[in-house]
This record gives sequence, C-alpha cells and structure tokens, in this order.
Amino acid sequence: MASFYGFEPKSRLFLGTAQYPSPAILADAVRASGVEVVTVSLRREAGEGAAGQAFWSLVKELGVRVLPNTAGCHSVKEAVTTAQMAREVFGTNWIKLEVIGEDDTLQPDVVGLIEAARILSADGFEVFPYTTEDIVVGGRLLDAGCEVLMPWGAPIGSGRGLNNPYGLRTMRQHFPGIPLVVDAGIGLPSHAAHAMELGYDGILLNTAVARAGDPALMARAFASAIEAGRQAFEAQPIEARDMAAPSTPVMGKAFLS
Amino acid sequence: MSDSSAQPRPPQRLKTGAGKPVHVGIIGAGVVGLACAAELLDRGATVTLHERGAFAGERACSWFAGGMLAPWCEGESAEEPVIRLGAEAAGWWQRHVDGVVRNGTLVLAPSRDRSEIRRFGQRTSHFIELDGEGIAALEPDLAGRFGKGLFFDGEGHLDPRRALAGLSQHVLAAGGEIHFGSEARAADIAADIVLDCRGLSARDALPDLRGVKGEMLLLRSRDLTLSRPIRLLHPRIPLYVVPRADGLFMVGATMIESADRSRISARSMLELLGAAYALHPSFGEAEVVEIGVDARPAFPDNLPRLTRQGRVIHVNGLYRHGFLLSPAMARLAADAVLDPASIPEMLHDVAA
Repeated sequence: MASFYGFEPKSRLFLGTAQYPSPAILADAVRASGVEVVTVSLRREAGEGAAGQAFWSLVKELGVRVLPNTAGCHSVKEAVTTAQMAREVFGTNWIKLEVIGEDDTLQPDVVGLIEAARILSADGFEVFPYTTEDIVVGGRLLDAGCEVLMPWGAPIGSGRGLNNPYGLRTMRQHFPGIPLVVDAGIGLPSHAAHAMELGYDGILLNTAVARAGDPALMARAFASAIEAGRQAFEAQPIEARDMAAPSTPVMGKAFLS
Repeated sequence: MSDSSAQPRPPQRLKTGAGKPVHVGIIGAGVVGLACAAELLDRGATVTLHERGAFAGERACSWFAGGMLAPWCEGESAEEPVIRLGAEAAGWWQRHVDGVVRNGTLVLAPSRDRSEIRRFGQRTSHFIELDGEGIAALEPDLAGRFGKGLFFDGEGHLDPRRALAGLSQHVLAAGGEIHFGSEARAADIAADIVLDCRGLSARDALPDLRGVKGEMLLLRSRDLTLSRPIRLLHPRIPLYVVPRADGLFMVGATMIESADRSRISARSMLELLGAAYALHPSFGEAEVVEIGVDARPAFPDNLPRLTRQGRVIHVNGLYRHGFLLSPAMARLAADAVLDPASIPEMLHDVAA
C-alpha cells in the first residue's frame, strides 16, 4: 500500500472538486467511486472573510480527506499565500502545489515550484507538487522536502492521456520508493489504467469525471480501471514481443505436409 | 417545442372559509417574488408583496442577470428539470411583459477550442449546426470570425431590468399591492399563506442555501450589432454576450463558489473583457458602463425548491436560472398555495 505522508488510502483515485454540475453530483461521484481524497482549489477572494464557506462545508461533509490546491497560482508568493490560507480553512498540512508557468499549456513553472516547495516544507506543509516528468526536477523537489511527486500526464483539462509514457516509465524506475501520482491530462479510464500499469501509485483527475455526461458513473469507471491497472502491475505483466508465441506447445505436433 | 403552459389556464379560485379569495403575502420583489405574484393574481388570489428595496429588483441578484431564456443551452451543464421547466419560460414572459426577443441563441468557439463546440452539441439538443456563412447570415457583424457554431433557434432573451419593471406594473395592474421599503418578516404578515422569495437572504431559514458569486459587465458599443445572445465556449471560462437596447451589451457571468457580493476581481474583469474582445475586437473600443456583482442562491443540487414550513413556502435556489425558471416555479408555488393537498414537483416539506 502506498503511503502519502503516512496516509494509506484503499482507493488510488484522487478526485478534483471543480466543474461539476452541482455539489450534489460531486458527492455522488465521490460515493460511487469510493474516493478517499479530494482536492479543492482555493480562490483567495473566497478565503477572505470566508465567503466560500458554504462550498467548503459541502466538501468537508463528504467525509474524505481534503487536499487543498493552489490551482491558478502563477508565482511563488501567490502559491505560498494560498497554501497558508488553505491550511487555515481546511485544517490540514497537505497542499497540492501548483505554480503555473505558461497559460496555454498550464505547465508547471518548475523553478518556482521547487522554491515554493522548499518554503512550504520548511513551514510544516506536506507538499504534493504538480510537476513534469523531468527526473532532475523530481530530485530537486525531493531535496526541497517533498515526499510525493505528481507528474502530469498531459496539460490540465486536455484529456489527452499520457503524452510521454517513456518519460513516465523512466521516472517510475528512477524513484522506486517514492509515491508517484499522475496528475492532469487524463481523459479516459484506459489512460489511468496505463499509468497504473507503469507502476504509478495513484491518479489525480478532475475534468474527465466532472464534465462527463454522468460524472458518478465515470468516477466508478475510473476507480475500476485504476484498480485493474494496479493489479496488472502487481501481477507482473509479460513483455511484448514481435513474433507470435503460441500458447499451446507445437513440439510433438504431427507434420501434415 | 413543448410549452405546457401555452394555453391560458382557467381561473381557479380557492376560497377561504369566509368565501374570499386566498390572500398571499410575498416577501421579495426579485424575479421569483414578482413571477409568483403575477401567477397568483392570474389565478384569482389576492397578493401583497413586501420588498425591502426602493423598487423592483433594486436589491435582487436578478438585477444583474443575463436574461437568457435558453433551456436547451443550459442543458449542457444543468439537469433535466431545468430544461423541461425552462421550456415554459419564453411563452410565460411574452404573456406578461413586453420586450421578449425570440431570435435564438448562437454558440461559438474560437478555432483552437473547436472541440468545445462538439462537446456542447453532444450534451444538448434543439440546435442546428452552422458554418461560417450560416453564422454571418444570422449575425452579419461576425462574418469571417467563426467557422462553426450551433444555433438554438427556439430560445429567447429579455432585458431583466425592463422585465422586472414590466412585471411589477403587471402585478399592480392586476390588483396586487407592493410595499417597497418593507422589512416585513413572514410572522408579521397577515395573510393565509406567505411565499418567502428572499433569495440568498433566506439563509436564516434555509441552511442548505449557498451563494454562487457572479460578475458581469455592461458595455456600450456603437460599432457592433447583435440580434441574439452569443455564448462563447472556452474550456475554463465559458462566457456570453447578450445584446440590449441603446448599444448596450451584457457580458457575463463568472461562477465562483463564494457568497461575496461586494467586488469584482481583476482576473474576472480580464476574463469578461477577454471574452467580449474574442467575440469581436470592436469591443476594445467599447465604454464600460457598469460592473455588476452579486451572489446567486443555490441548493447543493443547484436545482430550485419549494420548501414548505407551515404556512410559509420558500421559493428559492434558482441559481443561475432566475428568469428561465421563475415562470415554472411560480406555477408550482401557485399550485401549492391554491391546492394545499397537492404535492407539486420540486416541493420539499420541512417541519415548521
């Protein structure tokens, strides 16, 4: 069982809470999939004077662990301030750290990310950094105090799946003991299963469920695919090969020509 | 189009013991309170409306609404009752106020977000697909700017402020009373039944109610003419532009999980102006006439509710569908008032 700062969820699906048709449908999706961790983005304006209290209460009532995030932050300072506000609002040291470097791809500013991770880790946060599959950056994030890495599959909300399976496989091999979560870009349960087959410890996604026609059913589909992918990884899959390998022995078969 | 309330319904008078028409007190002259008042008067009740503001809509979030009567477009993210109940809206509004425009809705996306059009079309019905020429035929000023769009020809729109004024005139003309500047509470109102239509202010009685902040702009441009609401799709920030009289355009609206009603953020302003500019660069020269901010009342399922607590019935939770769902909610509220044994759709009973 993977441990995320000491927490060992049975479900390896982490679900985002944005973009659902209603909070009630979000709750359905959480229940249907057995998710144990949800991530919540905190707008700073909603934090001031607790104007977002009603929605946070609904999230807290889900009865699952809350992983607040710094979605939409473009600078170290912004991300750190948002993380501190999130700690107060949700009473948790967990923070999913996003420092966005580019608006079209929403790709992480890895330099800012490392700096923010260092500041927050020193301040007692348990940081889940949204990063790329770059293993050098991954190493620096671990040096900064992170004990979990969350590389992207593809740009946030793009639903493209794993853009760089080679890079993700390399990352898995490079950090064998570190909990790794593919965060962002997942569109289909098969994408999630693929990441799990590579040995990833979990999947964090939002849009693929929230904007599906039936979010609860899609959440359940993801939960099943993630479980299947994990089982496949643990069962040690065969290697692909170029030529046919008959599953029944041919030795001793009669030659009929 | 199915419009179940298209036929005028026969007056249905519920008499109290003394043989008088039922007297209904209504709190709140936003779109919900006014629609309930109009519907109840149409059906023979006596109505007294209490509004804390100085005129209809002054302190209501419907003042900042888009005024789109677009049930099928809303079906992209809203649940089935919104589409079905919303289909009553355009006909009801046409019977009660002037200025309802039924030119449909045009849904567009910048070419790089073309997949959003496909997605929107998969989630909705009652539209035709248009190419660039089709778009230009409907909206000549958008010629050459968009290659693909969806046209929901059965939808309409109105100017919320004119509609609120028109509806309060209708209420007065039909014999209803409106007390402005009234802080009356349900317990103070001598009536057979009280409809509480206070929107987000009713959180004192409806703990499930939450605010969903919306920000909007009014722009004035003399360079551009549009005949119908345009929805501009974007993966993160879908926004719309609704044309109004005198060169005004309403650009809306953000959706933020916050009950704040006091300020627009620079980011929201940027998104709203960016959407208008992406629709047509001539908005770059437009005058910013007004910035509007308010919070919509919503229940956790984002669906409207009648909540009956003794002789008080709350009509609330219309979320972003105030003008779209007020007619149907008024009809259901009137059903609950005039026939206490009935169990209209969307009714929740709560111990008083």
